[in-house]
Amino acid sequence: MTGLQLPYLAEMDWHQLWYMLSKPDNVPIVLLLFMCPFYVWMAFSQARKNDRLIAQLEADPELAKTHHRTIFPYQKGWPKTVQVWPFLLKREFLATVIVTIILIVWSICLDAPLEDPANPNLTMNPSKAPWYFLGLQELLVYFDPWIAGVVLPSIILLGLMAIPYIDVNPRGNGYYTWKQRKFAIGTFLFGFLGLWVSMVIIGTFIRGPGWLWFNPGQTWDHHRVDHQVNRDLHEFFGVDGALPEALFGLGFLIICAGVIGGVTHACMKKMLPEMLKRLSMLQYQVLMQLWILQVLVLVKIVLRLTFTVKNVWVTPWFNI
Amino acid sequence: MADTDPKKPQDEGNEGGLFTTLKGKVKSPAQLNEELKETKVWKSIFRHKLDDSPRNRSLAVLSNVFLHLHPARINRDAVRYNFTWGMGGITFYLFIILTLTGTLLMFYFHPSKGEAYRDIMFLQYDVPFGNLLRNMHRWAAHAMVITTWLHMLRVFMTGSYKPPREFNWNIGVLLLLFTMLLSFTGYLLPDDQLGFWAVTVGTNMARATPVLGHEGPFGPELGITAFNDVRFALLGGSVVDSNALLRAYIWHCIAIPIIASILMMVHFWRIRKDGAISGPAPVMLEAEAARKK
Ligand code: HEM
Repeated sequence: MTGLQLPYLAEMDWHQLWYMLSKPDNVPIVLLLFMCPFYVWMAFSQARKNDRLIAQLEADPELAKTHHRTIFPYQKGWPKTVQVWPFLLKREFLATVIVTIILIVWSICLDAPLEDPANPNLTMNPSKAPWYFLGLQELLVYFDPWIAGVVLPSIILLGLMAIPYIDVNPRGNGYYTWKQRKFAIGTFLFGFLGLWVSMVIIGTFIRGPGWLWFNPGQTWDHHRVDHQVNRDLHEFFGVDGALPEALFGLGFLIICAGVIGGVTHACMKKMLPEMLKRLSMLQYQVLMQLWILQVLVLVKIVLRLTFTVKNVWVTPWFNI
Repeated sequence: MADTDPKKPQDEGNEGGLFTTLKGKVKSPAQLNEELKETKVWKSIFRHKLDDSPRNRSLAVLSNVFLHLHPARINRDAVRYNFTWGMGGITFYLFIILTLTGTLLMFYFHPSKGEAYRDIMFLQYDVPFGNLLRNMHRWAAHAMVITTWLHMLRVFMTGSYKPPREFNWNIGVLLLLFTMLLSFTGYLLPDDQLGFWAVTVGTNMARATPVLGHEGPFGPELGITAFNDVRFALLGGSVVDSNALLRAYIWHCIAIPIIASILMMVHFWRIRKDGAISGPAPVMLEAEAARKK
């Protein structure tokens, strides 16, 4: 009998893990951890049913003429609409009752945090922004504050606002589907789950003193220092001098953007020719720029984590 | 046994007693109910009859200021939780809870250094139900951020931002921003280490705003210092101190709630004007999509 060897589990600092998970202000993110996958599953399970229905109707034009075209039961003679009173209002009422109960139980069981009085002379380590901004704080690892804290959030908001104007696909308006909107849904989930929510979770549960990376259950060592030396990209290539460095970085970014854009364009041409035809020049430009930016953010994150690259573009005024 | 015989008058053998005197004058609850509805007061408040008819069901919604944001009838499948997840509605309900609990909290709170922290302690340990009140406000705020995100996810996944709802999606994005700012400004108010450092970290980013921050690109070149940049405007000073507390308080309790309420009014109005909720709509087939320009 040797028993199962689980070195990782054996070394686990359960106390630390529990401390992280049970900190009152972290509880909402524990909820998020469960709710995000649940609702994504909920959306996809309906999308799958709709996609199956669409395939069925495409194959059978006669049925398409008579079918009511939703996945919900419907019989001839049933009205297409129902009275709001009582059919919607009773559900709204039920929802408010359930939310109220959950909130009251939550508030009885868990106290809101109150730390010591504010003290500018005693820095909290780690000092963390509220959890919903931890994505931005995590970006600070990879970018200078003016990008992480100002430029990227603005672009996120403007990008969200642009969505309805650059998504020219008329399908999937008012019903869940995957097959009819793969690009839109893929891009959005990549941004929302892959970047935003993931970074919130990393910022909350992984980052410890000094904003260093601690695996779940790894003891927080307040004296740990980061010996990693990050270097600018041009140093890897032996470029020297202000002007050559600036040109090198700019060139690198342009080439990256070109490659990402080129590959994306080629894929679109192959897989979504109809979408390309629908997009006006302006729509295409905005869509492409936003998409390239999103990928570039990921490129920078990967470059930092794997090659310890500090900046890719260094100029006398700003670094990226 | 005789007592339970329904036909037998209760007051038999009680000639001239109380029951005989009141007989015929006492009204049954049902009668009273009927008469109540004939009174001027009742009629002045409720403008429609109550018998169960489609017309009255519609009027119940349309003649009530709180309900009239709804249409009288909606898509029979739109009432299902699995289409909207009820997320927008829950977000709105949390906002209402936050307004109520927040108003109650304001009765006990002074937004000044020294007092703020003591007021929170006072709420926690002395005010009847004060701790529950504070907890509910805190957790509803966190929950509202989550439900707003999930509502956005739902709207995206059902493609509900597509025409004619493009503009309402934009109102939504602003609501997303203001929901998070609302939560953020509230974080400072207990004036404890948690809020202080969170807001310090948060507003430090504003130092680096290009052009407008004293550590941002092109800021120093244009004469921006720690005493005239955007961070100074946000905090009312160069550090998080009493002015910052007061500013956070005013943004949190007055300015942002008003802005968010106005945006919500527009949001809800637009849902109606855009032809109610987007679905569950009939699926679109390829041939129809190709025809659509
Ligand atoms: C304070 C935040 C918000 C509140 C209180 C709110 C409230 C609501 C409500 C009650 C509905 C009705 C349908 C439903 O419950 O899903 C709705 C629909 C809608 N919301 Fe929001 N919302 C908020 C934020 C947002 C955000 C962040 C977005 C998107 C970025 C958004 C975009 C929309 C759109 C496009 C609709 C129409 C959906 C359809 O027709 O299917 N809203 N909102």
